[in-house]
Amino acid sequence: MGLVLLLFLCLLTFSSLYFFAAKTWWFQAAASSAAAGLDHQFVNTGIAMAICFLVAQLGLAYILFKFRDRQGKERAGYLSGHTRPEIITIVLAACLFMAVDIGVDLLGGHLWAAERFRPPVPTATVVEVNAMQFAWYFRYPGPDAKFGATKPELEDASAGGESAVGLDTRDPSSKDDFVSGVMYVPIDKEVDAILRAHDVIHSFGVPAMRVKQDAVPGLAIHMHFTPTKLGDYDVVCSQLCGLGHYKMHAIVRVVSQEEFDKWQAAREADKQQ
Amino acid sequence: MATFTPTVPARVPATSRGNRNNLPPIEGGGDDGRPDFGSPDHAVRLRRARLGLLIALTPILMLFVSFTSAYVVRQGLPTFDPATNTVRRDWLPIPLPNTLFLINTIVLLVSSVTVELARRRTAQRVALEPVNSIPGVSIGSDKEFPWLGITVVLGFGFLAGQFLAWRDLAARGFFVASGPSSSFVYLLTGAHALHLLGGVLALLIAGSTAVMRRSIESRHIVVDVTAWYWHFMALMWVYILALMEFAH
Amino acid sequence: MMTTQDHSAHHAPQGFIRKWIFSLDHKVIGIQYTFLGLLAVFVGMFLSLLMRIHLVWPNVALPFLGEIKPETYLTLVTMHGTIMVFFVLTTAPQAGFGNYALPIQIGAPDMAFPVLNMLSFWITFLGFVVMVGAFFVTGGAPLHGWTGYPPLSALQSSGPGEAAGADFWGIGIALFCVGALLGGLNFITTTLDMRARGMTFMRMPLTCWAWFLTAILGLLAFGVLLAACILLLMDRNLGTSFFVPAGTINGSVTAHKGGSPLLWQHLFWFFGHPEVYIAILPSMGVVSTLLSVFSRKPVFSYKTIVYSMLTIVVLSFTVWGHHMFVSGMSPYSAYGFSIPTMAITVPSAVLTFCWLATLWQGKIRFTTPALFAIGFVSLFVSGGVTGPFLAQPALDIVLHDTYFVIAHFHLIMGVASMFGILGGFYYWFPKMFGKMMNETLGKVHFWFTFAGAYAIFIPMHYLGLAGQPRRYSQPDVPYLHALLPVHKFITVAAFITITGQLIFLANLIWSLWKGKKASENPWESTTLEWTTASPPPHDNFGGHIPVVNHGAYEFGVPGAPRDYVMQTDPATVVTH
Repeated sequence: MGLVLLLFLCLLTFSSLYFFAAKTWWFQAAASSAAAGLDHQFVNTGIAMAICFLVAQLGLAYILFKFRDRQGKERAGYLSGHTRPEIITIVLAACLFMAVDIGVDLLGGHLWAAERFRPPVPTATVVEVNAMQFAWYFRYPGPDAKFGATKPELEDASAGGESAVGLDTRDPSSKDDFVSGVMYVPIDKEVDAILRAHDVIHSFGVPAMRVKQDAVPGLAIHMHFTPTKLGDYDVVCSQLCGLGHYKMHAIVRVVSQEEFDKWQAAREADKQQ
Repeated sequence: MATFTPTVPARVPATSRGNRNNLPPIEGGGDDGRPDFGSPDHAVRLRRARLGLLIALTPILMLFVSFTSAYVVRQGLPTFDPATNTVRRDWLPIPLPNTLFLINTIVLLVSSVTVELARRRTAQRVALEPVNSIPGVSIGSDKEFPWLGITVVLGFGFLAGQFLAWRDLAARGFFVASGPSSSFVYLLTGAHALHLLGGVLALLIAGSTAVMRRSIESRHIVVDVTAWYWHFMALMWVYILALMEFAH
Repeated sequence: MMTTQDHSAHHAPQGFIRKWIFSLDHKVIGIQYTFLGLLAVFVGMFLSLLMRIHLVWPNVALPFLGEIKPETYLTLVTMHGTIMVFFVLTTAPQAGFGNYALPIQIGAPDMAFPVLNMLSFWITFLGFVVMVGAFFVTGGAPLHGWTGYPPLSALQSSGPGEAAGADFWGIGIALFCVGALLGGLNFITTTLDMRARGMTFMRMPLTCWAWFLTAILGLLAFGVLLAACILLLMDRNLGTSFFVPAGTINGSVTAHKGGSPLLWQHLFWFFGHPEVYIAILPSMGVVSTLLSVFSRKPVFSYKTIVYSMLTIVVLSFTVWGHHMFVSGMSPYSAYGFSIPTMAITVPSAVLTFCWLATLWQGKIRFTTPALFAIGFVSLFVSGGVTGPFLAQPALDIVLHDTYFVIAHFHLIMGVASMFGILGGFYYWFPKMFGKMMNETLGKVHFWFTFAGAYAIFIPMHYLGLAGQPRRYSQPDVPYLHALLPVHKFITVAAFITITGQLIFLANLIWSLWKGKKASENPWESTTLEWTTASPPPHDNFGGHIPVVNHGAYEFGVPGAPRDYVMQTDPATVVTH
């Protein structure tokens, strides 16, 4: 049995680590400025943890094989962990582990701080991300750079984007607001996403951008990111919101600045009609 | 049995309850070596019951700590108002029925005194119980002052007073869902009243054991534990009142 | 000298009802709890199997149940989690084994408050009935996940099952809290006040330490969950707005305003994080014991294990925010939670080190309980190493609410704790029922479960990295289609693993009926329960209470006549 356990633990350790190392299933191709740092931090943590995993599992495997009960074996060693060298070993192991873990944590601290401690830059593209059961609506403030008021009583999803978010057309700032089902953003420019949930908690997750933030009813949460690659990227709702949670899917479409301006102008023109 | 019966211990190990005198084992009196009163294991049973109560008070405390933390958070919470697109606080403290609360507080504090008197009287009775069995000796009339009964009456009085306080709030238009301050007032006073009702029921049980002629020791334990519980609930009420009155 | 000890004496009851239904005997109550846990785990496993089938074969009509619809999927997710966490992981290792073995292991005739003990079981059982009852009310069971975040869980029209079903769920949990608190009360009082002569704290088996510390955790945590449930039930039914802000649901404006969904999350996770340690600590105690018994060596550094468990208990109240890094809570608080989270990995690592060191230079006997204990160590490591990823707020941004999290907590809390439960079950079965379980079937069961659990949960890490979100009943999003083969692999593995559990069931039933008679001490162990008959008499020790002269893990003592010294052996045998 000791041998079988040894073989199984070796198989487990190497096969599970293999699929991590080979990146058989891996993060989506990075599409934002924060992605490289996060991916790098993940790999660093991964290496540290892989070593712990390897040492512990193979150590266990070796011990089970070496110290299995066999015929004629002497009594087990009477080690109780109270002698000096034993205590020192425990303390050293604890310190080492503490250093590795906290070290890894602090190493990644700047990533969190860069993203979450500072507000978005004044020149960011502002988009209001509206989450509701079970769709995403992206509202743009238009040329006046101000969002008009919304009222829950005015929400009517069947009447299209602006009504879905309950836009109050009596507010002068609402005139140039428009709502899109696709989140257009210009490349290489910071995006200030204002997350609002209308009914239950949702979460704005964009795996390719390494972006995730809950949208909580009663709060308007700002978060920012900078897209660095052109293309379409999936938005997946990342907080259980009910029946249609799996269907709450949208697209972030990263385009050139000119394309974005053209698109925005076209939407504004549509609205005036 | 698979064990050996120890005859002469080579060294006397430290015992489990602080008996560091290395005394030889005591026969039949329980192994705690403490002086008895009443019956051989009454002291142990009482201590155990009190320990149990102390432990039981912890989750009750945590319940009210949680309510307090929710209260504090809610008070300071700015909420997003979609109508104005702004974030603002909406806590409006409701006017409390202060006279009623004051009367109820006095009633509860007096009941705390009466339950304490009941507790001490019962303890005395238990201590003197062996004497009572000597023919011709009596420790006094069985008809003693009904401190327990008075406490029960006062307890019900407090609960009735709280009910009147809720009626008063409702009459002025403040219901459970009328607003955050109102919700918390009902929640805190309601949870406290429910716990106090439990105490009243325990006292009724203690009182009924006299009628059912359970032993004085059992009754003592119930009265003692309930009395401490009662004091805790009285202090809890004072705390809740202070929270509602002053923390806004 | 054997002394008679006082005890809240109750004589052996007569009559079927007093003896087996409303018994005051901690041994019967412990077995009742254990079987409740067993029933719950089979219900929970069945629900998870339905989940896995729906994920890969959504259009298959099952016998009796028909097709599993998307809303049913979320119901399964919710009830699987709730039943497993509360009625299996919090019940079996603590209330089940603890009730059974704690009094015997400390040399007491019963728990401190037998009536409260009996009540705690029946309240817990009632909680289970109410919980399962949620399936059968109008609208069915709720779909808001075991974490029950409002407003989804607070608004009756937020989805199917969120009306009566969610109320049943909330009441079921509230009842569970009360039962657990009554139980914990007993554990703490008994451990503090009823240890036999010579049974100092530092001579207690580590199982007793684990049950004691777990009860303390529960005492502080369950009150908070109860408060949260009360507030939620008020929001749901009385129109209060503790957790629900102004907004809409299903096209209509809600009557609520001003509440904070984050308040629920803080209250819930303040309970929730200690809860995961409640789920794992008793298993840690069992495993420490089993590794020692079956290596024929003392545990490596008993004191270190005790202090590590104590450190875990203290730190567990400081880390709850690591479930909430992206919840909308202040980003500045993130590191306030991240650092203690990293710190709490240290005692866990030290414990693992001690377990490995216990096996080192041992004379390892691969009995079934030993195998499950060894499996626990491996699973604890596997689940543990993914913790430091999730503990970093920046990495959590990417991994939160993906299958990576599911893999992490299933390995370290679900399966590892389950191995502690199974190990304890095989270990104490002879004592509980006076019969031995079949070793061969036990070993087969072990391999099915060990290999199977890894086959199920290791691939989930990869799914998480690839961006598979949690609680998705179908892969509508295009990039998820490529992950279907992995899901299929997991589902097949789940089928096989769950089938393997039937071997355990068969072994259990067969052994109860026809198992070989068990001696007093079939495992040659040292603790007090092995000094008395299998099963023990009503007052545990047949009229006398043992006197303890040794620690709980005196195996392989040089110079001793056998390779184990029982705790009640004469003090002339010198141990440390």
